[in-house]
Amino acid sequence: MKYWVSVAVLFLLSVALALAPTNDYFFYAAFVVLQFVVLSTAWNILGGYAGYVNFGTGAFFAIGAYSAVVLFKWLGAPLAVQMVAGAAVSGLLGFSVGLLTLRLRGIFFAIATVAVTFVLETVMINWRYVGGATGLQLVRPAVIEPFDTYTRMLFVVMALLALIAISVARYVQDSWIGRGLRAIRDSEEAAECSGVPTLKLKLFACTISGALMGAAGAAMPMYLAFIEPASTFSLNYSVSALAMPMIGGTAHWIGPVIGALILATIQQVVTVTISNEINVLVVGVLLVAFVVGAPDGVLGLFKRWLRSSK
Amino acid sequence: MAALLQVKNVSKHFGGFTALSAVSLEIAPGERFGLIGPNGSGKTTLINCVSGALRNESGSIVFDGEEVSRLAAYQRTRRGIARSFQVPRPFHSMTVLENLLVPTQVELRKLELARAMAARPRLLISDEAMAGLSGGEVDEVLAILFKLNDKGITIIMIEHIMQAVMRFSQRIVCLDAGKIICEGTPTSIVQNPDVQKAYLGA
Repeated sequence: MKYWVSVAVLFLLSVALALAPTNDYFFYAAFVVLQFVVLSTAWNILGGYAGYVNFGTGAFFAIGAYSAVVLFKWLGAPLAVQMVAGAAVSGLLGFSVGLLTLRLRGIFFAIATVAVTFVLETVMINWRYVGGATGLQLVRPAVIEPFDTYTRMLFVVMALLALIAISVARYVQDSWIGRGLRAIRDSEEAAECSGVPTLKLKLFACTISGALMGAAGAAMPMYLAFIEPASTFSLNYSVSALAMPMIGGTAHWIGPVIGALILATIQQVVTVTISNEINVLVVGVLLVAFVVGAPDGVLGLFKRWLRSSK
Repeated sequence: MAALLQVKNVSKHFGGFTALSAVSLEIAPGERFGLIGPNGSGKTTLINCVSGALRNESGSIVFDGEEVSRLAAYQRTRRGIARSFQVPRPFHSMTVLENLLVPTQVELRKLELARAMAARPRLLISDEAMAGLSGGEVDEVLAILFKLNDKGITIIMIEHIMQAVMRFSQRIVCLDAGKIICEGTPTSIVQNPDVQKAYLGA
């Protein structure tokens, strides 16, 4: 109950913010931060709970974005339809990648997801309809009342998506699905022999995780009013979506949220104050620091601090 | 009485290696059954086929009147077949506290049996639950298995510790090179020349 009240309050707060006369740049940056909250929360459902490291977040993100572009160019579909379609197509991609888990585990699964990214990027580079390698300019439709600018509206949409993603992750974690996924992470054989339908749960986790990433990606073309393969399939998404839960903590749904808020905010500040290239360095340094110093992330540090202060 | 588990002509090959060739056996409800054999004789392969971790290539496995050899392992578990693993596989993330509290091997083995029992099985396959334990610890695990059997659970014990299998089992089957070489009561098994040959190579 308390959780759902907080969700409602946070959503109303995002709407209020979007209607307030603040600087538009805030929404431009906050959209990206929220997008990373969605990506890292989605990544954690498969990577954190089930222990299957997905290194292809960029592919799911981009397939969501390109689905939106196709629908927009072909039918002029509104944003909501684009995002649902992006989620559906990326969910389907997640299901197919999930079938890989039949044979591939650990590092081999991670490598296969990287391969999926490269294959799909090559396809998009060679697909003229969506702009090929040079990209495609998109003319945004008129903004919907009561929002002043399109960016403000996108900020609210992404806030809503982040809250949905977090709620899904929380539900999965607290239900028998989450227990089953954790059993899979520890020992797939023992899980199966304890009555856990491992294949079904893995397919479920891959599909849900992919769908949420796709929905996040589907908002990107309208945000940039442009699409282009190299930046859409960027390895940065894959690395960040993996680093954020690691930094926040993978054991609980709040972990990836904390990690994304910290890391994406730092990235936004660094982009403005120093340079865009330093971004990648920040992710790398923080990831190494946490893996060495706090392998259970911020959550682990917090638990340790609670225990020592008792 | 109808058998709880019927294994009929089950075969399994790994490449050119024959792990099991046409193994057949029947286990009655409530029975304490021992499976022995030298290393590499196919004991673990056989129970992997029964529990569903591996698929048998030919033959059939009937549990409680139902053909189960094409079912996934979790479906077999839900029908009542549970197993413990040779190497204990506790779910680390779920039992952090328990893992801290149970540092000894014997407690880990008990945890492994408890995990298998969590599925409320009718058939429990205990895969080397006692390997590497001391005499007193073997007695502890044996006592648990006897108690479970008293409650009506059929138990297949795979074990290298002869005195444990001998004490526990009502009937024993000895495998060698993927074939059943002998079946009988514990006393008849130890006196069987084929068994002695398989173990001692004499």
